[in-house]
Amino acid sequence: MPLDDLATSLIEALTAALMLAVGLLPDSLAAPFEYRFMQRALLTSVLVGATCGLLSCFVVLKRWSLLGDAISHAVLPGVAIAYLLGWPFFVGAFVTGALTSLGIGAIERHTRIKSDAAMGLMFTAAFALGIVIISKITTSTHLMHILFGNVLGVQAQALMLTLLASLVAVLTIWLAYRPLLLYTFDPQQAQALGFNVSAIHYGLIMLLTLTIVASLETVGIILVVAMLVTPGATAHLLTDRFGTMLAISVGVGIVSAVAGLVLSVRLDVASGGAIVLVASGLFLVALLAAPRHGLIARRWRRWRFNRPTS
Amino acid sequence: MVSPATDGTPALEIKGLYAAYGQEPVLENISLSLPRGQWTAIVGPNGGGKSSLLSVVVGSLSPLRGELRILGQPSLAQRQAGCIAYMAQQERMEWDFPISVRDTVMTGRFGLMRQDPLWRRLLPRHWANPEHRLAVEEALEAVDMTELSARPIGALSGGQKKRVMLARALAQRAPILLLDEPLAGIDPPSEALIMAALQRQRRAGTTIIMVTHDLAGTRRHADQVLLINRTVVGMGAPEEMLKDSMLARLAVGATRMPAGEAPVAA
Repeated sequence: MPLDDLATSLIEALTAALMLAVGLLPDSLAAPFEYRFMQRALLTSVLVGATCGLLSCFVVLKRWSLLGDAISHAVLPGVAIAYLLGWPFFVGAFVTGALTSLGIGAIERHTRIKSDAAMGLMFTAAFALGIVIISKITTSTHLMHILFGNVLGVQAQALMLTLLASLVAVLTIWLAYRPLLLYTFDPQQAQALGFNVSAIHYGLIMLLTLTIVASLETVGIILVVAMLVTPGATAHLLTDRFGTMLAISVGVGIVSAVAGLVLSVRLDVASGGAIVLVASGLFLVALLAAPRHGLIARRWRRWRFNRPTS
Repeated sequence: MVSPATDGTPALEIKGLYAAYGQEPVLENISLSLPRGQWTAIVGPNGGGKSSLLSVVVGSLSPLRGELRILGQPSLAQRQAGCIAYMAQQERMEWDFPISVRDTVMTGRFGLMRQDPLWRRLLPRHWANPEHRLAVEEALEAVDMTELSARPIGALSGGQKKRVMLARALAQRAPILLLDEPLAGIDPPSEALIMAALQRQRRAGTTIIMVTHDLAGTRRHADQVLLINRTVVGMGAPEEMLKDSMLARLAVGATRMPAGEAPVAA
């Protein structure tokens, strides 16, 4: 298939570019990337970090953290069903993830149940269904990878999916930058200016679902929400410009994913956990040391204000 | 954009409009016609449907039935054409959003940017059509916010925030301005700035439709007053509508109006 060839050569080119950057590192750090699976893991990490970083800004500013958590848990039954039917896991994952987010919206709109209750209800129900189905399947390491993530075990097919998700996310956010910005900032105004607010809303949710599905094998169902919250939250502490926030958030996502990958190889620990811990560490640094919104800067301003003047 | 033609098409025309939030009716049998180029103040008790009426006009509340035309066309088409600038009450805004004052005002131009060529829309704002930037600078100047234009909006006072929201509406250069309590809870200097900017707009021929509780300002500046309490209680010149007898009738509201009685004619 020509599309497959295109994706393969794109992956080759991106890997080659990354290896150039790896070549600048000291030998002790660069050595593991001699291996093919490490190169694949590195490219996947960069793509997942960047895509999650992009989406993370919208998640943080729209207060969608719980929604992200809900969608990521809701993909489990889809993964299990796809496994039973012999389909690629991401098809099932995307379908149940998307259905759950639509279900949440429907409950919210047509009943008196508030959105956080609707989310808590829908995603636990979906997750429970996933667990019940999995308990009937003989243990599969692949399913464990999806629960907890294992970037070292990423296969070519999953890498292509991640690449596709990254391209879709970057293109969508670029092409629809202004409507997305306005919808996130002030949906009422977006409506008044004649933008199709519900199309933007569901488009953003579908993009979120796609990103989650593409990140499953890297960080896993349980931890993917961290990659959708922490980079954006870190960036929000560091800037008062939306464009800059997107850039910082992508940077935090990539740095966490790559550093987490290296640490997990070095220390022989779970990659998903290592990636999320690096991201949380970066957040902690920003929380303390951010120039305007950090705790130290706030203390400093208060101290200067209260300083007795002689 | 529809040019302010000289024929008699009203700025806003509503016939037999009903709207509700869930089970709760908020607007009942609203019919009105607001002429172009005038300043209309909408006055009524809290919960009387003033803001809901504006919500219907800008499409965030769907009417149960009834007809609504803006400059003779359906609302959505006119909103997409940039004919309406809307300044909402600001409680529902996300003030922590990382955006500067100038970029906030620029969001008012986002609707009009859809008419720009594709290549301009794909580039950052530095390459935006100069017309957009000019409109933004003018609007900032009109509310005296040029000096603070690089500030994040979260760092502004209440009055400054209102001025920025008005600047965003002015930046659209729309023939109709819809304002929902632009003077609520602000400092006197900001109020004076906003009223001065609106008077300039009125003189330039913009139609102003403004929900307000400021009766003194309405007496001074409005061309006409629309009294609303679930339905139209009256519409006419400020000195007529703001008489004690009319205000008393407004407070009683639609529920006690004898069936079939027509609202006071304009």
